[in-house]
Amino acid sequence: MSIEDQPRLSEPPAESARGQDGRPLQHAEAATKPVAVKAPREAQPRGAKIRGDRPIDQAEAAERFLAAPLHQAAHDARLWDLRTKRDTAAFGIPEWEELRELASAIKTHTLSRLDHYLEQFEAAAKANGVHVHWAADGADHNRIVHGILKDHGARSLIKSKSMLTEECGFRHYMATTGIEVIETDLGERIQQLDDEEPSHVVVPAVHKTRFDVAEVFARTMGTDPENDDAKYLAESQRMHTRPLILEADAGLTGCNFAIAETGTVVTCTNEGNADLSGNVPKLQIHSIGIEKLIPRIEHLGVFLRLLSRSALGSPITQYTSHFRAPRKGTEMHMVLVDNGRSERLGMEEFWTSLKCIRCGACMNTCPVYRRSGGLSYGATYSGPIGLIIDPTFNKRKYSTLPFSSTMNGSCTNVCPVKINIHEQIFAWRKVLAEEHQIPLLKQGMMKAAGQVLSRPAAYRAAIGAADSALKVLPRFAVYNPLNTWGKAREMPDSPGRSFHSWYKQNRMGKKAGAKTSAAKKDGAS
Amino acid sequence: MRIGLFVPCYVDAFEPEVGIATLELLERLGLDVEYPFDQTCCGQPMTNTGCHAEAAATEALFVRNFTGFDYVVTPSGSCAHQVREHLTAIPQTPEVTAVRERTYELVEFLHDVLKVEAFPWARFPHKVAYHSNCNALRGIHHAKPSELNAPAFSKPLDLLAKVSGIEVVKLARPDECCGFGGTFSVFEPAVSAKMGYDKVADQARAGADYVVSADSSCLMHQKGCADRVGVPLKFIHIARILNGATA
Repeated sequence: MSIEDQPRLSEPPAESARGQDGRPLQHAEAATKPVAVKAPREAQPRGAKIRGDRPIDQAEAAERFLAAPLHQAAHDARLWDLRTKRDTAAFGIPEWEELRELASAIKTHTLSRLDHYLEQFEAAAKANGVHVHWAADGADHNRIVHGILKDHGARSLIKSKSMLTEECGFRHYMATTGIEVIETDLGERIQQLDDEEPSHVVVPAVHKTRFDVAEVFARTMGTDPENDDAKYLAESQRMHTRPLILEADAGLTGCNFAIAETGTVVTCTNEGNADLSGNVPKLQIHSIGIEKLIPRIEHLGVFLRLLSRSALGSPITQYTSHFRAPRKGTEMHMVLVDNGRSERLGMEEFWTSLKCIRCGACMNTCPVYRRSGGLSYGATYSGPIGLIIDPTFNKRKYSTLPFSSTMNGSCTNVCPVKINIHEQIFAWRKVLAEEHQIPLLKQGMMKAAGQVLSRPAAYRAAIGAADSALKVLPRFAVYNPLNTWGKAREMPDSPGRSFHSWYKQNRMGKKAGAKTSAAKKDGAS
Repeated sequence: MRIGLFVPCYVDAFEPEVGIATLELLERLGLDVEYPFDQTCCGQPMTNTGCHAEAAATEALFVRNFTGFDYVVTPSGSCAHQVREHLTAIPQTPEVTAVRERTYELVEFLHDVLKVEAFPWARFPHKVAYHSNCNALRGIHHAKPSELNAPAFSKPLDLLAKVSGIEVVKLARPDECCGFGGTFSVFEPAVSAKMGYDKVADQARAGADYVVSADSSCLMHQKGCADRVGVPLKFIHIARILNGATA
């Protein structure tokens, strides 16, 4: 394998993605790059194997993702492109770091008075003529929404992208009810048609290439399987879905921000699909995670300036829609969902993860995520934010995830609400080890390492004397009988002797003369 | 000024030259450097894996070895970060916090404490890519990370600028993690190695002959990756360059 074997991505065609002024658009939504190599096609790697509550093997799924180099290269390039555009957008605002600070402070304030703001929100929404519901968990949410739909005899529901409904397993639940659910976000629709979870909170099908999408659409909508032109595919999906939207009995959206003072739900999309879901059918439902609250409309601007810049590098989403009261002759419901949030709010080290505005910036910058794909995490939330949220849902199942990180800290630096993500990953590892949620082998190895490293004599014996170093060093280096180091990397050369024995030989007992002789040697070391 | 030299376990075992260069460099700068002979490790392999209880005895030994020095200096951003931020498995007595506060990574010690103006003996006539260890970069603030909208600075590049003949090349992804990640490198070997391959490819494309870093751990991983995929890069710790190594 050489470094030039990497699949290459070609530049986007010049005619696509121009703004109204004729200039090529620079923001990320306008700049997907086709994979230059046409053949052979490569099957899309699937996500982590789910086996009940057994710990997710992220490393195994990541290895399969890496074994599909076209997918991996396209995925990495696409997300790095988002990261680069995020930098450009963020650096265009002198007060960027101040904005992050402010957004974080607003969230701290709101979350520490959440009961107050939730009641204020409920009262305002009711005064606006909205039906307000409270759901303790995902199952509760699904039952409530199903109940509303049943009451109205609805047979079809159009919905816009919502991570909350993913969290609740809403689509799977609805499949058992006979009511058809149609996703209206393009990426989410692709995932629905392929019966796969979203792999990213903002770009849910980013792990798929155009070939994959052409295959899914050919299989489910009868399009030409050989045509992977993005315009053709998007248009086909539009023509296929638009009638379903127009005929739908009900619409459902998620919520980006819920304004306590006015009872408003704000959604941010680039496709306008939340507007379709909210405005076309006569029955509209908004599912709201209780952490989405902000006190007043004046606070919204802070988050809007951060959200799309962090997510895609564009100044603002194409659509920012405010839903407050039912239109004449229609009915509007809001479902406030807890699903573990109250419990998380009580976790001293982890509550600030509730500040998350689901921009995906941490995923885009994460070098592990870019190389393993979102589905490798086997959880609703993948990437760095997933590592710290998922274990709050199921400590055993997601016990491995906080280890799928190098804790490099880039996630923390891009987070628009300043969640200390990598420090929480570190803190989760401690919690999981204390509660014996890490593999016995791993903990045993660490215990052994701790015993060796705390006893100088044992340590010296382990790294060996000069002549036996070569034999002993590799094993010492990896603390690991399986030698996973050597599978993909060369072992380090043995230097022949340790610093310690050099020091003993050269410096012990002849300290006075040592300095001079050492200085003379410099340059030749 | 009494300096305690901390030579991390993997430097002791794999890169003794880095320990020697650090010792010699500090002595050349006129410092009284001692190497506590019973030292082993800072506890990071265990702590990094969540096993704090398993790290306690190693941490206690570290504090016993390094109590009483004005500064503890180590040629590793990662270990300095561990001691300063995460040496918490033992009771935080005044003795423990004193050792933690006085522990410095070599670059920041030269840059911030000694404020070294020149390394007249240092000459390195090569094209180099600088690799920031993530703990050095984002944990102990060696430089401005690429994510932040803040004034640019870099302590290691400030020091390298005082080395004659050196040329620093620009990477496409300057502070992307190389995938070492401590025990991550052995528990998630596939992703770790792929990150390493991508990193060395970036360095090679940028035209570097050498990769320079303040952390031997990252270099050891990158060298293993470069050797495996046949990328002809050489790897050298910054301590050796500042101490006058020419190749």
